[in-house]
Amino acid sequence: MNANSGDRNAVLGRIREALREEAPLKHPAERSAGGAPTTAHFREWLPPVGSRIDERLELFTRLSQTLRSELTLCENIAAAAAAVTELAAQENWKTIALHKSDLLDGLRCLLPASLNLLTVDEGYDKDALEACDAGITQCELLVAQTGSVCVTSSNDGGRVLSVLPPHHIVVARRSQLVSDLTEAYASLASKYRGTYPSMISFITGPSRTGDIERILVLGAHGPKRLSILLLP
Amino acid sequence: MTTLAEPPRHQFQLDANRTAADGDRRAAVRKALHNYSSARDKTGATFNDWKSARNAASAIKHEAVNHLDRYLEEFESKFTARGGKVFWASDSKQARDYIIDLAKRKSVRAIVKSKAMTGEEIHLNQALLEEGFGVVESDLGEYIQQLKGEAPYHFVFPCMHLRRDEISDLFHKELGTAKTDSPEELTMIARRVLRRAYIDADMGISGGNFIVAETGMISITENEGNARLTVGLPKIHVALIGIEKVVPRLADLALFLPMLATAGTGQHMTGYNSMYGGPRQPGELDGPEEFHVILLDNHRTRLLADPEQRDALHCIRCGACLNVCPIFKNIGGHAYGTTYQGPIGSVITPHFRGLEDWKHLSGASSLCGACTETCPVGIDIHHHLLHNRRNAAAQKPAKGEQLLWKAFAFLMQRPALYRLASRFAPLGSLLHPLVSGSPLDPVRSWTSTREFPHAPMRSFRDQFREHQAAKKGVASSGTQQGAKR
Repeated sequence: MNANSGDRNAVLGRIREALREEAPLKHPAERSAGGAPTTAHFREWLPPVGSRIDERLELFTRLSQTLRSELTLCENIAAAAAAVTELAAQENWKTIALHKSDLLDGLRCLLPASLNLLTVDEGYDKDALEACDAGITQCELLVAQTGSVCVTSSNDGGRVLSVLPPHHIVVARRSQLVSDLTEAYASLASKYRGTYPSMISFITGPSRTGDIERILVLGAHGPKRLSILLLP
Repeated sequence: MTTLAEPPRHQFQLDANRTAADGDRRAAVRKALHNYSSARDKTGATFNDWKSARNAASAIKHEAVNHLDRYLEEFESKFTARGGKVFWASDSKQARDYIIDLAKRKSVRAIVKSKAMTGEEIHLNQALLEEGFGVVESDLGEYIQQLKGEAPYHFVFPCMHLRRDEISDLFHKELGTAKTDSPEELTMIARRVLRRAYIDADMGISGGNFIVAETGMISITENEGNARLTVGLPKIHVALIGIEKVVPRLADLALFLPMLATAGTGQHMTGYNSMYGGPRQPGELDGPEEFHVILLDNHRTRLLADPEQRDALHCIRCGACLNVCPIFKNIGGHAYGTTYQGPIGSVITPHFRGLEDWKHLSGASSLCGACTETCPVGIDIHHHLLHNRRNAAAQKPAKGEQLLWKAFAFLMQRPALYRLASRFAPLGSLLHPLVSGSPLDPVRSWTSTREFPHAPMRSFRDQFREHQAAKKGVASSGTQQGAKR
């Protein structure tokens, strides 16, 4: 190995030497024929979701409330645009950032002309993005079990559009709602076939902290508000 | 905690005594942990079967840790194939030197850092500052501790011991902001300051919660979004992570992420769980040009070489064992003098930094087993504390303690001598108040914070004998009465 990889051989050598004696397995997992249990069993142990789409949506709605994510069901893209327009008026937005995608392009042309738009796809100025009032992205998936929005760096406007502006708006379709994290990972694996985006992020509610006296404060560094506009 | 004026054992005694006597500080810690147990129990109860989930998590970590060489090599080959760089560090100096050298070569001007206990472990910030690199902690709690010039109090809740007015005073002094008693306003002050840091930094340093072998990724769990920004905006990302943090497959995180959140804070899922597999890829619009992962040994292989305690490397650093520990609640996080506090810290620190200097931590336990019970990956924490005690005794038994036990055994094996000694105990009790608390007091270390039990005028033996005699008397007189009738 080249010098750049540091003490590779020494570390691996110590690991192999250390592992010559076996360690006992103290908590044998059920349903494993030796070795580690398979991921297919996780959902037997994790919080239940329910198999029907309406059960999934109900759980996602309930968790969104707990997390203080703002979920809005929109009949069509026009209704989603109207919801964005309303938020713009409410928070007095001047400039918002978004990325290109079939879904968001449909939304973009319905937004009020008074709103300045920053499109991040061809690169962006960090200060300009930071100064935006909101960021709009699509997403890979929504996860019912955890109330999460899954975004990736290649699909949803890069690494920071979903976290730098103070208000993150996600536009998603109902068909993107999967039941649990196991299904989410399986779905990403079959979509990307080993060539994953450089970032996969499960966003669960707006940015939060409890570092001061364990009192919940939203918008620690990332978005203070997370709005999810759910299309049929 | 870099330079200890006293040997660790004495420093521990001093700091532990100080916090144990500090009612205000203990109240702050108690308040911070007030809702933890109920939130954790409530979220844990939403699981179909927490116990099976825990066994599975334990089995997966067992598989990963016991084939660590294979999984680390798999991680390395997948990660480098995507343009990442892997550096293997035997010790903290190698890790520090690599980061400093990289910062110099790339003419780095400003560094922003998200939470990394490995950074504390290798004293990274101090080393960077000495080389002239400014580094800003971005996690709110870590930022507060950095401003205060203190080590984190708890490896999950770094400033849990501080009240809001103390934080307000600190911000007022260091940042010149107006005083406030609102946690929200305090958070927003930090938000404003740190936004600049992300944008100006050309290097972002993070830790990592999991290394995913299968896909060559590291996974970072956080609530604030500061890690997302730290590794999203600067042009270089360095992740400093312990070699033991491996899971075999990406899908294993479907189990570990909810369990880490539940055990750590009682949340069902932490705010941001992000997996990073390389620098900016072709076709992506942003992200760092370079991504370096430093795999840190720093004596983890010593612990790995002990099959009895190897499972301590299964730890996912959720902090649950600190939150439930009666010792932690009373002596606080700083008394430990270690990077990793609480029960798990007391188990692993003697392996990392030497048993002789750190064995006292394993004595600071009530062995109540709350840590073992709460551990989401089933580490036998309180038994490992006993193992450390046993190993320490085998290595070098304490002379004073040995003598004491010998004297005790001698006394207990000679009933006559014992009776004689107990006869004098009331006299000792009578005379003790004359010297109690003074340098002449033979049990001063006890009486400085507690009352010494009084020896009764009549011993249990005496009372028992009299009682038996009286019973016999009643019984025999009873029989006589019966016979009379």
